[in-house]
Amino acid sequence: MSEQTTQPVGRQTGTVEMTRGGVTYQPLVDILETDTELVVYGDLPGVDAEDLDIRFENRELVIHGRVPRRGPKEKFLYSEYGTGNFYRVFRIGEEIDVAKISAELNNGQLVLHLPKTDALRPRRVPVQVR
Amino acid sequence: MFPKWQSLQDIRSEIQRLQGEMNRAFGRFDLGDAVNALTGGSFPAVNVWETDESLFVEAELPGLDKNDVEIFVTAGNQLSIKGERKEPAATSGTWHRRERSYGKFGRVVELPYAVDADKVDATFRNGVLTLTLPKAEEAKPRKIRVKA
Repeated sequence: MSEQTTQPVGRQTGTVEMTRGGVTYQPLVDILETDTELVVYGDLPGVDAEDLDIRFENRELVIHGRVPRRGPKEKFLYSEYGTGNFYRVFRIGEEIDVAKISAELNNGQLVLHLPKTDALRPRRVPVQVR
Repeated sequence: MFPKWQSLQDIRSEIQRLQGEMNRAFGRFDLGDAVNALTGGSFPAVNVWETDESLFVEAELPGLDKNDVEIFVTAGNQLSIKGERKEPAATSGTWHRRERSYGKFGRVVELPYAVDADKVDATFRNGVLTLTLPKAEEAKPRKIRVKA
């Protein structure tokens, strides 16, 4: 997977528009590629597992986390960050075995495993010494 | 005679006034540079709000739970949040993106009121730390009775 293949597409193409108002945030991610899978680690603080929606369709990975309102009824004394739903789309260049995708959400941290299809896994070619 | 110059001066004094107000509003939360240098900056970011009874401080610490952070209140209003976020272990592979940060962090936030340090309550839910800090008796608002 090259860097280009994981560009978040929503922001660039402007095709993503939310029907509800409010501010939406892009979750920060780390993406690891191994021989067998892609692993996406995402920060989604404040999201319950049942409020997290992950879709993989047409090579697009969509992460959407709903964040319930929290904080003061009126105003903050001091505010260094905003809260809102999380939304981010990645285009994945690799062939992914969709049936084997798995996701875990622990303490607001997402770990998403996207196993590559067998055909893509590098195979070691045995070299014989004669 | 020089209306433009005049208005510039007005703007400047307005900016200075705003700056002073900002300093008054936020200055009490400012961290000392030394604290920043020693502890690695203003992490975690905090939101602060209040009710008549308590101050609330919230921070986003995804992936951490209550055993990963240490929270103290000293001198009545110095709130200290310390902890460490560990990197996911990768034995092999290539990182395509590394947007999240790891390592030890620590921050001291000066609260606008003295709080009752013995009654501070901390909850951690989905990576969001929320501290409830009951105000010290003398910091609570008092209703003044108006005599007829």
